Amino acid sequence: MSTLLVLPVLIPLVSAATSLVAWRSERAQRAIGVAGTGALLAASLALANAVVREGAIATGMGGWPAPFGITFVADMLSALMVAVTGLMGFAVAVYSTAEVDRERRSFGFYPLLHVLLMGVCGAFLTGDLFNLYVCFEIMLIASFVLLALGGERAQMEGALKYVTLNLVSSSIFLAGVGLLYGMTGTLNMAHLAERVAELSLTHPHLVTAVAGLLLVSFGIKAGVFPLYFWLPSSYHTPPVSASAIFAGLLTKVGVYAMIRVFTLVFADVASVYRLLLWVAGLTMVAGVLGAVSQFNVRRILSFHIISQIGYMVMGLGLLASPNVTARRLGLIAAVFYIVHHIVVKTNLFLIAGVVRRLRGTEELKKTGGLLADAPWLAALFLVPAFSLAGIPPLSGFWAKLAIIRAGLEAEQWFLAGAAIFAGLLTLLSMIKIWNEAFWKPLPEGATVPAGGGRAGLVVMVAPVVLLAVVTILIGLFPQALLELAGQAGDQLLDASAYHAAVDLATGPGAP
Amino acid sequence: MLLVMALVIGGLYATAVYLMLRRNIVKLLFGLMVLGYASNLLLFTVGGLVRGKPPLVPPGATAPPPGVADPLPQALVLTAIVIGFALTAFAAVLVKRVYKVTCTDDSDALRMTDS
Repeated sequence: MSTLLVLPVLIPLVSAATSLVAWRSERAQRAIGVAGTGALLAASLALANAVVREGAIATGMGGWPAPFGITFVADMLSALMVAVTGLMGFAVAVYSTAEVDRERRSFGFYPLLHVLLMGVCGAFLTGDLFNLYVCFEIMLIASFVLLALGGERAQMEGALKYVTLNLVSSSIFLAGVGLLYGMTGTLNMAHLAERVAELSLTHPHLVTAVAGLLLVSFGIKAGVFPLYFWLPSSYHTPPVSASAIFAGLLTKVGVYAMIRVFTLVFADVASVYRLLLWVAGLTMVAGVLGAVSQFNVRRILSFHIISQIGYMVMGLGLLASPNVTARRLGLIAAVFYIVHHIVVKTNLFLIAGVVRRLRGTEELKKTGGLLADAPWLAALFLVPAFSLAGIPPLSGFWAKLAIIRAGLEAEQWFLAGAAIFAGLLTLLSMIKIWNEAFWKPLPEGATVPAGGGRAGLVVMVAPVVLLAVVTILIGLFPQALLELAGQAGDQLLDASAYHAAVDLATGPGAP
Repeated sequence: MLLVMALVIGGLYATAVYLMLRRNIVKLLFGLMVLGYASNLLLFTVGGLVRGKPPLVPPGATAPPPGVADPLPQALVLTAIVIGFALTAFAAVLVKRVYKVTCTDDSDALRMTDS
C-alpha cells in the first residue's frame, strides 16, 4: 500500500540515476527512457486502481506520524493526475526517441525528463506544503535545463523569461509558506486546514493575505490572466518533446496546487474565489484572442493553453457560489477538464512536431499541402483539434458542457458566455491550422526536407495515435471519467476522507 | 529585534524589485538573488528570534521548555538556501549564455520570441 504511493516518485528517480550512469551510451538512455516511463505508467495506474477501490490513502515518510513527518496522500484527484502524468511521460518518451536530435539526447535529455516527471508526481502526491515547494523546484530546475538545452537564440531568450518569472513565483510561494508556518506552526496540509480554520475566526485578514500570496505564486505557474506572459514567449522554443510535456503538465501542476490549497487548506476564502471568477473569464478571453493573431503552430497552441487554464480556474472559482449543486459541478468539471486537457494539448504539440518534421517549419505561412501528402496526419489532427474546440462526441465537448452547465447553475451568465465565446474562437484557430497546414497547397518557394522527413516517423506517430484513441474513448464513454471526477470533486468538497487518510497524531505531547 | 528584521526584509524585497525592473539582465540576476535572500530571511525570522535557548529536550521531559526558538524553520531555510544556490548558479550561467548568443545585455532587445 504505502509502496504504491512512493513508486511514482521513486521510479523516475531510479530511471534518472541509471540514465546518468549510462551517460556515454545514448542508446541505453533511450531504452531506459521508454522503460522507466513505462514502469511509471504501470505504477500510476496501479495507484489509481488502489484509490478507486479503497478511497484516499496516505503514508508517512520514514514511519513518522502525520503532522511531524512528510506525508504522501493520494485521493482521487491526485491519483487521476498521477495516472495521466504517467501516460504523458510514456507517450513523450517514445516520441522523443525519434524527435529529439542526437546532441540533445546525449547531453542529458532523458535524465532531465525523468527528474521533471519525479517533480510533477511528487507535487501531485505530497501532503506537505513545504514539500510541495521542494517538488516545484525539482520540476522547475529540470524544466529550465530542458528549455535551454541546445542553446539556440530563441531558446535562450525564452528561457530567460521563463526562469525569471518562475523564480519570482517560487520566492513568493516560499514567503507564503513561511508566513503560514509562523501563524500556524505546521506544514502538513490536513493539519494546516484545522489550524487555518481556527485562525480565520480571530485573524481573517492575515489568512486572506497569505492566501493572496499563494494565489499569485500558483497563478504565475498556472499562467492565469495578468501573469501568463512568460508562457507564449518560451513554450515554442525547445524541441517538441520538451514543449509537449511542458504544455501538458507544468501549468496544470499550478492549477492542481491552486485546487488543493484553496479547497483543503483555505476551505472558505470567498474573496479569493470571487477574484478567481474574474481571473478565469479574463484568462479565457485574453488567451484565445492572443491565439487568433499568431501564425506559428506551437505559439497558437501555447496561447490556447492559457485560454483553457481559464476554464479550469472557473471550475474552482464557482466555489464562490452559494448554490451547493453549482459548487460540486464546478469542481467536477474542473477535474474532468484538466484530465481531458492534458491529453489533448500534449497530443496537439506532438502533431505540431510531426508537421515540423514533414515540412521543416512551424510557420503556417510556409507550410501547406499536408492533406495530399499525409491524409492520415490530417485525420489524426482533427481528433484533438475538434476535442479542444469542444465538438461532440470528443472529450472536450463533455468537459466544456460540464463547465458551462456549472456556470449556468451558479447564475454566472457572463462567465458561461465567455466560455462559449472562447470555445468558438478556439474552433477558429483550429480551422486556421487546418486551412494553412493541411488544406492549402504548398506555397511557392517552400522547401520540403530531403527524404520528406519520413525517417523515424512511425515512432513519432504511434504516441499521437495512442493519445487520440484516449481522447475518443473519453468522448464515447464520458461516464467512467465523470464518475471518477465526481468522486474527486466530492472528496475535495468534503475533506473528511483526506483527513481520515492522513490520520493526524495530535495527542498529548504534540506541539 | 523583530522590527529591525522586518525592516531589513522589506528593504531587501524593495531592492530586489527595483533591480529586476532594470533593463540590464545582470541586474535582473542580482534582483533574483536578493529576492531569494529576502524570502529566506523571512522564513528564518518566523521561527522566532531567541538568544541562548537551544531547542533541547531535557532528560526525563517529552517536550523542550517553552520559549525556545523553533528549529523547523531553520531546517527549512537550509533547504531553501541550497535550492536557491542551485537556481542562482543556473541563472548566472544562463545570463552569460544569453549575453554570448544575443550580444546584448538589454532585456528590451530580447524580443525575438515575443511578437
